[in-house]
Amino acid sequence: MSKLGLIIAREYLTRVRKKSFLLLTFLTPFLLIALIAVPLLLSMVKDDTVKHIAVTDVSGHYFDRLKSNEQYQFRVAPEIFTSYESMKQQDPEAYAYLYIEGNLSNDSSQVRLYSEKQIEMGLKGFLESQLDELARNEKINSYQIPGLKEIIENSSADVRIRTIRWDESGAEKSSSSELAMIIGMISTMIIYIFIFAYGSMVMSGVIEEKTNRIVEIIVSSVKPFELMMGKIIGIAMVGLTQVMLWILLLGGLFLIGGPILQDQLQADQVQTLAGVGTGTMMNDVMPTEQNEMMEMVDVLLNLNLGYLAFWFVLYFLGGYLLYASLFAAVGSAIDNPEDAGQFTLPLTIPVLFALYAGMYSASNPDGPLAFWCSIIPITSPIVMMVRLPFGVPLAQLLLSFGLLVLSFIFTTKLASKIYRTGILMYGKKVSYKELWKWIRYKN
Amino acid sequence: MYAIEAENLVKRYAEHLALNDVSVHVPAQKIYGLLGPNGAGKTTLIRIINRITAPDQGIVRWEGRPMKADDIQHIGYLPEERGLYKKMKVGEQATYLARLKGLSKSDAQKRLNYWFDKFDIGHWRDKKLEELSKGMQQKIQFIITILHEPKLLIFDEPFSGFDPVNAQLLKDEILQLKANGATILFSTHNMASVEEICDSISLIHTSKVVLQGNVEEIRQAHNQGIYRLRIRPTDSLKENPTYQILRSETRHDSMHLRIQKNVDMETGAFLRHLSEHMDIRAFEEELPTMNDIFIQTVQS
Repeated sequence: MSKLGLIIAREYLTRVRKKSFLLLTFLTPFLLIALIAVPLLLSMVKDDTVKHIAVTDVSGHYFDRLKSNEQYQFRVAPEIFTSYESMKQQDPEAYAYLYIEGNLSNDSSQVRLYSEKQIEMGLKGFLESQLDELARNEKINSYQIPGLKEIIENSSADVRIRTIRWDESGAEKSSSSELAMIIGMISTMIIYIFIFAYGSMVMSGVIEEKTNRIVEIIVSSVKPFELMMGKIIGIAMVGLTQVMLWILLLGGLFLIGGPILQDQLQADQVQTLAGVGTGTMMNDVMPTEQNEMMEMVDVLLNLNLGYLAFWFVLYFLGGYLLYASLFAAVGSAIDNPEDAGQFTLPLTIPVLFALYAGMYSASNPDGPLAFWCSIIPITSPIVMMVRLPFGVPLAQLLLSFGLLVLSFIFTTKLASKIYRTGILMYGKKVSYKELWKWIRYKN
Repeated sequence: MYAIEAENLVKRYAEHLALNDVSVHVPAQKIYGLLGPNGAGKTTLIRIINRITAPDQGIVRWEGRPMKADDIQHIGYLPEERGLYKKMKVGEQATYLARLKGLSKSDAQKRLNYWFDKFDIGHWRDKKLEELSKGMQQKIQFIITILHEPKLLIFDEPFSGFDPVNAQLLKDEILQLKANGATILFSTHNMASVEEICDSISLIHTSKVVLQGNVEEIRQAHNQGIYRLRIRPTDSLKENPTYQILRSETRHDSMHLRIQKNVDMETGAFLRHLSEHMDIRAFEEELPTMNDIFIQTVQS
């Protein structure tokens, strides 16, 4: 094995065998899914306790028409609401007291809900939607136009725009700008996080070797450039391993979890269909929601995930290589991690800027900001990820990636000059002027 | 035959001249000492020989021909500031570093087994370096330095940090390496060890070689005609123009004298001359220590 190969292997293996790497790699997909699934599951768990709402209806219009459900049951308050004490005395069991003062179709604010507890959002929504409906019907009736209600209902239209993209040959593809945006944002965030996480891994590796003083032994066997590149490549492979494992794990989890989720959804649907009386609104929603899901899947398939993944990996590597060598140079110039700040700042700012540019570009992926930031190498690895799902002409991609390659070759050369001097320099506060001097040393 | 020759090396850093026309010729299969106060330029010279840095002027020759990049495979280097990967297992670490020096994996492991057996430390193999004591780490580092059986060994302050027992062990190993045909270049402040094991030295001061040559010859050249005597006590130790008494002291039934001769006279003739005046029981010529020579040269 070549010396570079040996270094790459060591850098790779020591990191991949670390417990923290294994934990992070294998737990993250589960955490990610838990993050999405737990709130979903929790919201599905129904509260079994029945809550009574004591109603005082001064107008007399509404009480009879209020519909109880499994969770909330209405009953008449024994006496007209006067005070907290009187209500507590008469119906101490009630969860809340609804007080309707007058005709809601004239003044929709004439209703109050009292409770000793913080009123649940669910209850408030439940009441509002019912009273809203009742007041609206009342208003419609007050116009005394026969069949008005039906007219209004028939005239409501739920407009949904299906976005379709033509490809070069004019064939139609469903597209979803929301989905493209989501995918773009996620890949942007991942590249952003990886540039920082793996860049600082390179930096701390360099600092470790420098402070351990082992660097002097190694550079008496190999060239400093080989050591630096070995470290950068080894860590890049750690990053790729992690991404690949995540893709595999997430894919596997979806394969296993997908059918279960589907069954669950179907079971839910059957249940809601069975309980017709309670969920009139749900029935209207379910089919369209399903349609939407179908559309999403359609769009997802049309996105050509393989193509996206291919460019993701290229830009991930390009962006990492652009910054990693600079992080290595910073690590070589300092004696301990606390001093890193002043030199990492010029690296942090462009990366952060790229992230913001990416966020703004998401709403206008073909605008000038998005265009230029996805071509200029210091921001392109991050911003291009936002544009990619919306479709980027191949010429632009090639230009942008070509520039990225050229600039990481440049930064690597620059960094290696700082690196080879820095790693052997101890106990010296280094300034930018000093770094510039190192760059100009000929060797 | 020289193992390595540095010819007229000049190395300039931005503010100062680290090496100013330094030439050092290290004979093969000898132990060569590189002496000098801190900051004299020893480490720069060692780094140039290791090809860690390149000289601005001058040339390094390896076995008589200009040195090539591959020659560093035959160098074993123990830097003054010791250091290995703290979190890496001892065995893996040694194998890795030996392979970087061009050894195959199986050779590296075979030789490692030999040394682990020799020092009876096989049970350290799977320990992380940071779990070992400092002395143990030094031993490991020494093994790593010599594992690839280099022709040239460069030790920078090898004895610092060793306890007397391990220092002796190290000294024995260094002499053994020399006997096996290795050339040893070592940089040190420990003058006692220089007298004991170095064949030749270069003394570097303020980036220049100020003294160079065979250790015995240097000591002879700095001979100041000092002798130590033990004589039968006498009251009448007369003033004598041929020597000057530096110290005299009576212990038990003997008188101990340290004198410096004032005349140009061979040691034998001087002894005969002295014995006319006193009853000599023991007589010894005192050569200056390398320590004295070091201080004297550096201060002048």
